[in-house]
Amino acid sequence: MSEAGNGRRGALPPGVSRAPELRERLQEEGYLADEGLSTAIFLALKLGRPLFLEGEAGVGKTEVAKVLSRLLDTPLIRLQCYEGIDVNQAVYEWDYARQLLHIRTAEAFGAEEDRQRFEDELYTRQFLVSRPLLQAIEHGGPTPPVLLIDEVDRADDEFEAFLLEILSDYAITIPEIGTIQARRPPVAVLTSNRTREVHDALKRRCLYFYIDHPGLALELEIVRLRVPGADERLARQVATAVQELRNMDLYKPPGVAETLDWTEALVALGAKELDEALIEATLGSVVKYREDQQRALGAGLQLLTGTGGA
Amino acid sequence: MPEDAPQEVAPPPMLRAAVTFVRLLRRAGLAAGPDRMVEFVRALEELDPDRREDVYWAGRVTLCSRREDLDLYDRAFRAFWEGKEGRTLRRPETRMSFSLADDSVQPPKKTVERNEGGEEIVRLRYSPVDILRKKDFALYTSEEHAELNKLLADLKLSGVLRRSRRLEPAPRGRHDPRRTLRGAMRTGGEPMRHRYRKARSRPRRVVMLCDISGSMASYSRVLLRFMHAGVISGERLEAFVIGTRLTRITRELATPSPDRALSEASGAVRDWSGGTRIGDAMKEFVDRWGQRGMARGSVVVILSDGWDTGDAEVLAEQMMRLHRLAHKVIWVNPLKAAPGYRPVARGMAAALPHVDVFLSGHNFESLEELARAIAGAASEREGGAR
Repeated sequence: MSEAGNGRRGALPPGVSRAPELRERLQEEGYLADEGLSTAIFLALKLGRPLFLEGEAGVGKTEVAKVLSRLLDTPLIRLQCYEGIDVNQAVYEWDYARQLLHIRTAEAFGAEEDRQRFEDELYTRQFLVSRPLLQAIEHGGPTPPVLLIDEVDRADDEFEAFLLEILSDYAITIPEIGTIQARRPPVAVLTSNRTREVHDALKRRCLYFYIDHPGLALELEIVRLRVPGADERLARQVATAVQELRNMDLYKPPGVAETLDWTEALVALGAKELDEALIEATLGSVVKYREDQQRALGAGLQLLTGTGGA
Repeated sequence: MPEDAPQEVAPPPMLRAAVTFVRLLRRAGLAAGPDRMVEFVRALEELDPDRREDVYWAGRVTLCSRREDLDLYDRAFRAFWEGKEGRTLRRPETRMSFSLADDSVQPPKKTVERNEGGEEIVRLRYSPVDILRKKDFALYTSEEHAELNKLLADLKLSGVLRRSRRLEPAPRGRHDPRRTLRGAMRTGGEPMRHRYRKARSRPRRVVMLCDISGSMASYSRVLLRFMHAGVISGERLEAFVIGTRLTRITRELATPSPDRALSEASGAVRDWSGGTRIGDAMKEFVDRWGQRGMARGSVVVILSDGWDTGDAEVLAEQMMRLHRLAHKVIWVNPLKAAPGYRPVARGMAAALPHVDVFLSGHNFESLEELARAIAGAASEREGGAR
């Protein structure tokens, strides 16, 4: 199917017209998605809907946006949410220092009609600083950008209502300038760690996907793909050990990010296979609460080396 | 939204099946509106409706919107598309034994119509209300329960203030270039008067966990009402119930009518009046909600008599974790009002060292005290580890 055939709504990467093809392309870009996630991404692109990703920290939510930007060959615009984030930090802000300078210049010129002109210029595009949301809307490239709205649950509800408006119309109204409409809606990815329930109205705009920890086979593949330097035996042991750790009822079970950190740490130490001394030395890169480390150590390291307590 | 040209979409039987499926989901309690259904059908068009997996994912991505939906969806999907569980679908193990019928009893005839302020009622009916306020909930008649609802509706619940990161205009504080510049326009570009702004204060989030085990039966109904009043007052309040497991009922309580809210809530809860394993439930709370942020800096209120059929060690450990996360932990135990009460229930004894305020909550007056404690007012010397 040609690119034009994808219609105005969709923004599929060239040469992809079906979900399994997208899955392959994601893998080529270094992201292993299971069938559910790749279907969700496919639908989000095809239907032109924002994708709302939930899941534990470290399961690869943010990574989805990054890989999409590589795959679509388009910039990634990231908005990190935090409590108290407001329009000035998320959408636009006037460049006050430059505006003041501009007025001063007007004064130096002196002439009344010039001053009027200078004042009129004060609230025009050239004094506007775009923040991520405006950047995404204004983006003029051939393909729409990927807009990552990270950890939306950390922002407060006032901001959520505002996001809802932008994600419905893909337009931003600046009182002094007017409404700026996106030429093509950005590919929006929202992530949430569920520190609080995000409002239904916002979720309704989006396709929803909950990313779980990967199973052993998928995790092993991820390790192979992302840490190519790791010995096959080591990779298998690490993936197995992490699955084991997740069953240990820890306060913060390790995510894929931790698995990769751990593997990299082990590779850096020149490890070819896991042993108890190595685990003790590197446990901090995969289990990050003191209580959790004690629990893991208490459960017996032989459990993790996969030697089954031999 | 631009529309694709109308075209022959999935064959009508498929469409009809999709619609029926969404209806079934809705009946099972999944909030999937018409917009979601349209999205579902669109998704099916883009995928292969003959493949079971494609239908599954199309629905899951478009019709679910939170993790709690997924299990329900899976079961509905199996039931509908594979016919394994038959066509009827209900929430798992729902046992509704909780009824509010007697709350809707007409209030006593002598009730004076409410004027603009809730205050009015109190003054006019001073004496009976005063008695009501001190009476133990366990001794209430159903008429008194109805009366109590009015009192509860007037109770204001909001967490102690904390500084928000949002800024608001203020006479002094941080410089506010935007407003300063606006002002400067009037004085020919000279910023004669500088404007400032400072951090706004916001009420802290309040999280309430109510024990609904059998031993709490005479109180939990009123306490749930109390939670409901908090949720609908629009404050940032999260509500959970603790039984053998933990259930979040914030969403269910968000209905204005108390009777409907409570019956929604009882629909969501699977273990009314069973035993309590507070320790396990608290662990689930801290793991799933608390640590991620809900309890951080919040006022956490636990309404329980502290009878724990589980391991007291577990409860002690979880309370310690919770105490580290929360701004303030308040424990409300109706038994505390009994003369000569000592916190000897193992669970209670294990929890107390990690509790900031220990209150009774057995009558309306003590609920008012609770509201004050939540708002951070005085009378905190009351509790603590004793």
